[in-house]
Amino acid sequence: MIPDENLTKAVISLQVETSCKIVEKTCPNPHAVRLTLEVGDMVRTSYRGPGQFVHIKCGEGRLLRRPISVCVCSEDEPSDLLSVVFEIRGAGTAWLAAHREGESLDVLGLLGNGFTMSPEGRYLLVGGGIGVPPMYGCAFCGGQCDAILGFRDASHALLAEDFEEICTTVAIATEDGSLGEKGFVTGPAEALLAKNRYDGVLCCGPRPMLKAVSALAARYGVPCQVSLEERMACGVGACLGCAVSMADGSMKHVCKDGPIFNASEVDWNG
Amino acid sequence: MADMRVNLAGVALKNPVTMASGTFGFGREYGQLYDIDRLGGISVKGLTPRLRAGNPSPRIAETPMGMLNSVGLQNPGVDAFIAHELPELKKHDLAIIANISGSTPEEYGEMCEKLSAAGVDMIEVNISCPNVKAGGLAYGTRPELAAEVTAVAKAHAAVPVMVKLSPNVTDITEIARAVEGAGADAISLINTLRGMAIDVNTRRPILKMNTGGLSGPAVLPVAVRMVWEVAGAVKVPILGMGGISSGADAAQMMLAGASAVAVGAAAFADPMAPLRVLEELEAICDRQGLHSVRALTGAVQPW
Repeated sequence: MIPDENLTKAVISLQVETSCKIVEKTCPNPHAVRLTLEVGDMVRTSYRGPGQFVHIKCGEGRLLRRPISVCVCSEDEPSDLLSVVFEIRGAGTAWLAAHREGESLDVLGLLGNGFTMSPEGRYLLVGGGIGVPPMYGCAFCGGQCDAILGFRDASHALLAEDFEEICTTVAIATEDGSLGEKGFVTGPAEALLAKNRYDGVLCCGPRPMLKAVSALAARYGVPCQVSLEERMACGVGACLGCAVSMADGSMKHVCKDGPIFNASEVDWNG
Repeated sequence: MADMRVNLAGVALKNPVTMASGTFGFGREYGQLYDIDRLGGISVKGLTPRLRAGNPSPRIAETPMGMLNSVGLQNPGVDAFIAHELPELKKHDLAIIANISGSTPEEYGEMCEKLSAAGVDMIEVNISCPNVKAGGLAYGTRPELAAEVTAVAKAHAAVPVMVKLSPNVTDITEIARAVEGAGADAISLINTLRGMAIDVNTRRPILKMNTGGLSGPAVLPVAVRMVWEVAGAVKVPILGMGGISSGADAAQMMLAGASAVAVGAAAFADPMAPLRVLEELEAICDRQGLHSVRALTGAVQPW
């Protein structure tokens, strides 16, 4: 699938597509699965920006859907296409991973707000682990993007070659040094922030990483947007399950107000 | 086609399928997916006298065929509801049930007055929220307190008052009789069952509040049993809820004694579940040759 750089932003309208055919299944590493799905007109009707998510039903015995960030999506004929990358973490994602090309999934989406990007902007994309795939979608939406990808080790690396095709600079950091630089994403992030002038830092990954990167971006005076995660039920803003604390003391919800938040509005100690 | 209209303590519902409080917000979100006017009614997210931020996250844990929540009555407060949400809801053709929680009987009374004046169709007095410290569940587990809150609500409400019971009691019929005696026009049940889930790796409860309320298909048989017991103990109509995710589940609840039903967590799995429940319930009525869905209420034939 070739992501469409000129996706039109839709008036928000949710879709439930109960029969999304898996048209491609690959395993970007031994722990992760990438599925490309036919999603009807979901992208046309509810795309708002990279970083949105879909809520996928994971079997009859499990009540709750699993929220998974969109990697890339495109308007297409006869059906819009969308790909997700996820790690097998529990029974739900294992059920999902057992599916084959040609089988179908029940998908609710596109949900959430997406990153705010300008097509002329220069962005630093920072992804950690399974937070890397949504940053790939971002790479198509800016004027010029650099990327920093952090992984536990080389066996968990994802999409590095894909980023290299489209980003100006790609830096990789692994905790054990088995690929790229040894350490966390903050090392290369600081080096790039010191060297280049960015319109924004966009970040998705574990919360300690988001906190560290947002502090770094603030130090260099660059606006930072982060993708937050929380345990979720409805996915649409009705049940108020996925609450996150904001710096002003209010509660916002990952599914409806997010998942993308300005780093400055998040209560990082909450 | 069976007549799907029902009457809940004087409130006319075009069909018996309503949405349970706390699972449907104020109708805006799911309203993007389908016409909510197809539902019989909506019980809005639980209201309190003032804005409540709710509990810290995680607030949600998945459990076998169900889920725990510890949202903690996050809501904008009764005045904001009346100013910003109620006008939107009133554009729709469905019964608006205002669910309220207070920490004193006076707070319940005050909210009943405001909401009656604002034009809701019915008030659902929540004396059973397991997720708040003050009031809430305490009122729902002691018959004399439940009766006191009911009496105060009745004295201040100009619309029918329905009291929502907690299943976290030894004998639910005792509470049901107490609220009926205090003037409740209807009874709804069940609220969630208190539960707990633990992450074996971190040895921490998944919910930040440690415990929460269990809902979803797992609780259906408990709810059906309690509706049946309460139906045998009181004369006021019952709104039955707890784990309904199909028309057959709704029919069970009505056979057990409910005049209408509410769907809740099922919509999280399948956003279209409330409409599917309604369609399946209609199909059951037609298959059984019923001229009215009302014929199901209390029609169980116990051994």
